[in-house]
Amino acid sequence: MATLGGPGGQALRVEHVAKRFGGVTALADVNLRLDRGEVLGLIGDNGAGKSTLIKIICGFHQPDAGRIFVGGEEVVLKSVDHARTLGIGTVYQDLALVNELSVYHNMFLNRELVHWPLLSNRRMRRLARQHLEDMGVNIPSVEDEVAKLSGGQRQAIAVARSVYSDARILLLDEPLAAMGAKEGALILDLVRDLKARGDVSVIIIAHNYGQILEVCDRINLLQHGTITFDKPTSQTSVQELTDLVVAEYRAARTAKLRPGPSSNARPAPGS
Amino acid sequence: MSDTVDVAARVEPAPAGRPSRGLPRRVGEAFLRRREASVLVVAVALGIYFASASEAFLTKDNLVNIAQATAPVAIIAAGMVLVLVNGEIDLSVAAVFALAPFNMHYLVDYHGVPILLAIVLALAISALIGFINGFITVVFRVPSFVTTLGTANIVIGIVLVTSHAYPAPIPEAATETIRKVFGDSDWAHLIWCLLIVAGFHMLLTSTRWGLHTIAVGGNPLGATEAGIRAGRIKIGNFMMVATLGGFAGILDAFRINTIDPNLGGGFGIMFTAVSAAVIGGTALAGGSGTVIGAFLGALVLAELQDGMNLIGISANPYFIILGVAILVSMIANVYLSRLRRAGRT
Repeated sequence: MATLGGPGGQALRVEHVAKRFGGVTALADVNLRLDRGEVLGLIGDNGAGKSTLIKIICGFHQPDAGRIFVGGEEVVLKSVDHARTLGIGTVYQDLALVNELSVYHNMFLNRELVHWPLLSNRRMRRLARQHLEDMGVNIPSVEDEVAKLSGGQRQAIAVARSVYSDARILLLDEPLAAMGAKEGALILDLVRDLKARGDVSVIIIAHNYGQILEVCDRINLLQHGTITFDKPTSQTSVQELTDLVVAEYRAARTAKLRPGPSSNARPAPGS
Repeated sequence: MSDTVDVAARVEPAPAGRPSRGLPRRVGEAFLRRREASVLVVAVALGIYFASASEAFLTKDNLVNIAQATAPVAIIAAGMVLVLVNGEIDLSVAAVFALAPFNMHYLVDYHGVPILLAIVLALAISALIGFINGFITVVFRVPSFVTTLGTANIVIGIVLVTSHAYPAPIPEAATETIRKVFGDSDWAHLIWCLLIVAGFHMLLTSTRWGLHTIAVGGNPLGATEAGIRAGRIKIGNFMMVATLGGFAGILDAFRINTIDPNLGGGFGIMFTAVSAAVIGGTALAGGSGTVIGAFLGALVLAELQDGMNLIGISANPYFIILGVAILVSMIANVYLSRLRRAGRT
């Protein structure tokens, strides 16, 4: 089992990763690195391949080509479970929460505490309550069904679940999607707290990057299945990123209007 | 499980000066929040009504009748609830119900297998049919309604072909004790039924298997993303309902003291078990269900059929009442869960 490198080391490196679904190239050639304790913003338009990349890093999909290094050691991620044992935790866009189950059962989903053959509900309740409190997540009761909670609360529970499962690399897929300003602030605070801890590295995927910029150390832009832009947040701005995305759109549109090879417009990979 | 206590405990103490809410009311509210509550009320009310309408209702013989009508349905329903919570259904369980006692008979009388081993093997074959149901549903992604419609007909066919559509006697090798334990006595059915219902209630509410069953039914993608092997859970539940179906069939064969190819009525007892589950508060959409509710649902149906017979109403309107009961409980179920979700805690 790979362990993460020392302070300042690399938490994750992805080299030349490619993935196709049938005739559609989702990822052409992705190179990405995540330093220890860093918060990386991964942005890109719809269909750029962000979710595919995340699902490869978390072990859900297997890449067709390329190598993945966790803490400096090359790994072949066989499954979500396997990735998790290497410390890679994911908060999916759909959150992977079960509405019908209580907050604490969701917190421990597939990692339940058991006093064989029965669940240790009391212990899980206590630990879930305590852990949510430690993370500053406020919910009325850990016994409530998740269906009762707001979007922000659900997101916070999903994040807390990953951190609790000892995730050292946390993948947040569109954490602010469909969330009000106040709820978004709750999530961003959560990420800031994680950053302050220093032992968790985070990749935030977003296509509305205005909100996440403030918590990110570095920004990568994914376009047509490759990383086309990599800069520290301090050296870029919402304006520059917007221009990049819009320029891409314009280039594609121009290429469509005036057929023929263009120097910087790659062929669009389906969608 | 401990929900009742916890819910009551969570109610905040009333501020001084305002009369505190009485304990009975709090207990009452906690009770009403339980999904099984409404069907329990119906079961008790029906009992009281029929007992007052007919003196025969509470006699021992009649209670035995009700117990024996409830048990096979409730045993099947216990497994069916797990399958329904998974968001699937098993139409083949009534056919397995008919097949299992025949397999016991073939093994004992044609192959000289000792009776107890024959019962175990008959249950293993039932489990295998469940495995096939689950495998086809999970691997080939055939909707379980269709998968089990297919296997149900195959199994019914196997029963009719191998038995030449003739009933067979219970094997001579079955001793007095074995006959009594496996259904040829007043309360054997009920005792097996209560043990199985209690066991499956625990399985669903208090084990990892149960939690994962709910997760797979409630959010299939999410459960998979959390690393739960949804296919394994579903196949396991199909195997359990089929095994319970086979076991209930063997109990019933011992009770009527003959092995009948029409046992289970083709699809009949399966639909009764699904009805019991639905009346007990299990949604066919997956994600929620209760084994105790299904048991009470089976009890309600048995009471209805028995009681109407006793007070001299012909059995024919039973189906009208059954249909209305299914619709009313389903509507109530949807409505109540919306109330519960609205956060009346």
